[in-house]
Amino acid sequence: MKWKFLDRKSGKPIYLICNADESEPGTFKDRQIIHKDPHQLIEGMMISAFAIQAKQAFIYIRAEFFEGAKILERAILEAKEKGFCGDNILGSGYSCDLVVHRGAGAYICGEETGLIESLEGKRPNPRIKPPYFPAVLGLYQCPTIVNNVETLCNVKHIMEMGGENFSKIGKPNNTGTRIWCVSGQVKNPGYFEFECGALTLGEMIHDVCGGLLPGRSLQAVIPGGSSAKVLRADERFQGTLKDGTDFDWGIEDIPLDFDGPMAAGTMSGSGGIVIMDDTVDIVEAMANVNAFYAHESCGQCTPCREGSLWMKKITSRMCSGDAREEDADLLLSVANQIEGRTICAFGEAAAWPTQSFVTKFRKDFLAKAKSQKRKKDSMQLI
Amino acid sequence: MNLSEETLSKIDELIPRYPEKRSAALMVIHLVQEELGAVDLEASEWIAEKLEIQPINIRELITFYPMLRETAWGEKHVRVCRTLPCALRGSYATCKKFEEKLGVKEGHVSEDGKYSIEFMECLADCGEGPVVMVGDQTFENIDEKDADKMADLILKNKLDDSKKFISYEKAVDSVKPSKA
Repeated sequence: MKWKFLDRKSGKPIYLICNADESEPGTFKDRQIIHKDPHQLIEGMMISAFAIQAKQAFIYIRAEFFEGAKILERAILEAKEKGFCGDNILGSGYSCDLVVHRGAGAYICGEETGLIESLEGKRPNPRIKPPYFPAVLGLYQCPTIVNNVETLCNVKHIMEMGGENFSKIGKPNNTGTRIWCVSGQVKNPGYFEFECGALTLGEMIHDVCGGLLPGRSLQAVIPGGSSAKVLRADERFQGTLKDGTDFDWGIEDIPLDFDGPMAAGTMSGSGGIVIMDDTVDIVEAMANVNAFYAHESCGQCTPCREGSLWMKKITSRMCSGDAREEDADLLLSVANQIEGRTICAFGEAAAWPTQSFVTKFRKDFLAKAKSQKRKKDSMQLI
Repeated sequence: MNLSEETLSKIDELIPRYPEKRSAALMVIHLVQEELGAVDLEASEWIAEKLEIQPINIRELITFYPMLRETAWGEKHVRVCRTLPCALRGSYATCKKFEEKLGVKEGHVSEDGKYSIEFMECLADCGEGPVVMVGDQTFENIDEKDADKMADLILKNKLDDSKKFISYEKAVDSVKPSKA
């Protein structure tokens, strides 16, 4: 946990921030928690604030949640009336105020140092680490913990159950529960909370989400929000897990925990699973994702600002009847020049989709250059 | 600058919540924008003075954040999610239908100032796409056909009374246990 790194001895005030700016495409669990059980979040936050002896706590909520912000404000007032937050909490002598702060539609505010800049009233340009690790030099250059909604809600349950019991949920190294958000082309998309590793991707698609749409077959899955590397339906994944067991999986055998998607060369990331069936024009899907990253780059680092824009331009051109054979390699070369060359992880988030789409679906990118046609019956994606 | 007493008192109540005044910038801009529709140069200067910073410190926020505006959207503002999960469910067709019916291109405001459409990035409700927001209300699973009907209701100013289109916010609110 991030809390270990917190600088408690600086003598400066400590801050706690809840990152409720959830904006990773494919992820939609914060909305449910905030609208349907805001008190759970407040309880988790106040326990966390007490644990780190925070002077003040903030909830940074995405601006699109107009009602969500109001709900949180009301819930905080209720908590204050009962003495759960504010001055002299439950007579303990500890005081901590909780403030709801609305963002303004920028994805980069989900990056913790960008979020801190934004909360200071500035453009959310992420800070370079080192030295600006929030736990040491965060909000107003004071030690700061930034956790997301799901994590802070877990704190409540960890306290209630005891750490030992909580760690029995799930599997070793993959403890706790996760809320998986399934979207795209399945019969019943939605959000589902399971113990880590309780089911495979195939079980999620077929048993939980009712399977694919009639007459369709699976083409690709993005397993952890749009920045996670895409998986091709007919891939095989082989190797050895951390605990020494060998695995040989098809896409549907991948266990939904932390290590499973990692072993398959991608990540469970935000838990947002995007399903694409055989009608999807993969180059258009790529163009859609690239348009998102080009729009959301903060523009601070040249490789990311220029690279994400060029990846968007190239894939959009490919979809408008002017695809060229060299585009696949051109895209890879741009993506490779972003990865690892930026201040924050947005560079990777923008590069990974292109790297994985182009490598795994190379044929589709080359075919586009030959025929220039859209895939028949495919949904327009760009 | 003509702000209502209500907004002014909200602003005055808000600023002391933060350890530093400048931190209140986004929240103050939201309040001003909610009342005036947009934050122009004069409003930026006013906010800057209030927070004891320079006008450029406000201007740079308004020009960066997608939801802050230098000019106002229409009276009825329709947001359609463009990002992949919604697109996979047909949001491009949904957006096109709204453009056709409301007579305005996405990113623009109709000439009479009544309607505007924004084809925007992820609205964080990917499981129920295509997702559409009208004002501050979220509507789920709005395909092309629904968009057609919804646009009619918007044009007649009757969306709020609709039994077919109930927003996510209203639906969640209705299942809450009544307060004792």
